[in-house]
Amino acid sequence: MSALPVVTGRAHLLGDDVDTDRIIAGKYTKTLDVSSLAEHLLEDYDPALAARIRPGDVLVAGENFGLGSSREQAPVAIKAAGVSCVLARSFARIFYRNAINIGLSVVEVPKHSVSDGDTVTVDVNQGLVLNDTRSERYSATRMPPVMGQILAAGGLVPYLRAGGDYSVEDDQ
Amino acid sequence: MTSAEKLLSRKAGDAVRAGDIAVVPVDGAFATDTTAPMAIKAFEAMGGERVWDPARMSLVLDHATPAPNERIASLHVMIRDFARRNGAHFYDVGDGICHQLMMENGHVAPGDLFVGADSHTPTLGAVGAFAIGVGSTDLAAVMLRGRIWLKVPRTVRIELSGALRRGTYAKDVILHLVGRLGIAGASYESVEFGGSTVAGMTLASRMVLANMVAEMGAKTAFVDPEGLELPGALAGRDLPRWDEIRADDGAEYRIVHHVDVGDLGPQVAAPHLPSNLKDVRELRGVKVDMGFIGSCTNSRLEDLHVAASILRGRRLAPGVRLVVTAASRRIFNQALADGTVEVLSNAGATFITSGCGPCVGTHQGVPGDGETVISSTNRNFRGRMGNPNADTYLGSPAVVAAAAVAGELVDPGEFLPGPEGQA
Repeated sequence: MSALPVVTGRAHLLGDDVDTDRIIAGKYTKTLDVSSLAEHLLEDYDPALAARIRPGDVLVAGENFGLGSSREQAPVAIKAAGVSCVLARSFARIFYRNAINIGLSVVEVPKHSVSDGDTVTVDVNQGLVLNDTRSERYSATRMPPVMGQILAAGGLVPYLRAGGDYSVEDDQ
Repeated sequence: MTSAEKLLSRKAGDAVRAGDIAVVPVDGAFATDTTAPMAIKAFEAMGGERVWDPARMSLVLDHATPAPNERIASLHVMIRDFARRNGAHFYDVGDGICHQLMMENGHVAPGDLFVGADSHTPTLGAVGAFAIGVGSTDLAAVMLRGRIWLKVPRTVRIELSGALRRGTYAKDVILHLVGRLGIAGASYESVEFGGSTVAGMTLASRMVLANMVAEMGAKTAFVDPEGLELPGALAGRDLPRWDEIRADDGAEYRIVHHVDVGDLGPQVAAPHLPSNLKDVRELRGVKVDMGFIGSCTNSRLEDLHVAASILRGRRLAPGVRLVVTAASRRIFNQALADGTVEVLSNAGATFITSGCGPCVGTHQGVPGDGETVISSTNRNFRGRMGNPNADTYLGSPAVVAAAAVAGELVDPGEFLPGPEGQA
């Protein structure tokens, strides 16, 4: 399995239970124009946040990130905004699966003390997160191998194009 | 084994247990106008030309219907074309809400492995299916291969006993459970409902229970099939015996919760989380501007009947509007034929297209700044109904109807006909 790039970015700190309606509101979801999704990213959470996000930045959330709707527009909006990785203490299941399926790196880190503006380095392959600002390291929960393979392929579309079908032997 | 372990073992062709990962064939799937466009794009990018089995695939226009603008209208064109080219089942504007359509048209049956590109797909667990919500790209892969990979979930068992009090319904039970277990109280898990109360519930009420497991983070729901009235569309179908799909005695649960439903008063979820639980009597006096009776949670015939029993011969409070939708065209026609639509309309209610309507904040009843909504839907996240400067409370159709008459949150028992205990 090919390795995912190690990413370094500035952290935007988010709270617990950030739902997909606040990530991208229902009124904006019916579109195939991903740049319009990025414009409205997290608008009902913090209307000024989208403008502060720079390519490579990292979203750092609390518990249950992405609860609610199955709308894949939520991770698509995050990716389109240039976010390199979403780190959370825990994720809601459909969001987590959707993010991996579209090739957005997500890392579950049950314990961290990242503050807004910290610089963090994420190595999804090793399951390691470094807080460069505070010289701390946190460990990530391991994802099932099939998910790691889908993410490493760049998402489910390239994964299925390359392999033709799911491989779950490593998960047994 | 739990119901989830049994259903997935049947599909995997091998005994699987909680924590195992399995690749299983899919018996039925659908996407909506929110999820289908991205799914079609991903399907084509995967090299897909034809849906794996068009008889098992449905496309439903329900989230923004009729199209409120040219952009959405053009996405509807794309979905219609895709359905026609593939020969898949297609439900157009006004036919109804995806989960209701899957149920009443027999697209889902007991024991099925069902995948819907909508988070409330666990609703179909009411008929004994293993039904999960996914996003567009997973749905695309199902359309391509007819299979999906899944982790077998652990299970939370809910035992319901006792009789529902006057003015309380399945909605009050599930709101109570979301509040008690928490907004992530069953994350990644299956929620299994059983007990004497469930055995006496209609299919519509079972769908209410299964629907809102999504608000505990659950992957799926399963309602014990004892006492189940099957949808008419399944008549004559070869179905599994109940003991083939329901949990075994001695199944291993993460936890078992017992609830005597007779202890519950009317429940309301206050802004801005479905788990922010209150008894309606704690909220007495909260003024409302709008009521909504609709959504995949609560817009079936029994819900409209409850609303009509409260609104018959009454008028909405001055300054209050009430928006109502039936979960499907079939239900609307039943409510039309039995006089329910007339009762609600005479009271001042506005009927809108059968579909998701204002629940998803796109059109047909977006609240204004500073306004308060009481809604029979399932989510009250900030901005959910289209305006982050409005508040949404969630309750049963009875709570909504009573609030629309009173102009504020009240115990619906005050408006139900007949003496205590006869409603």
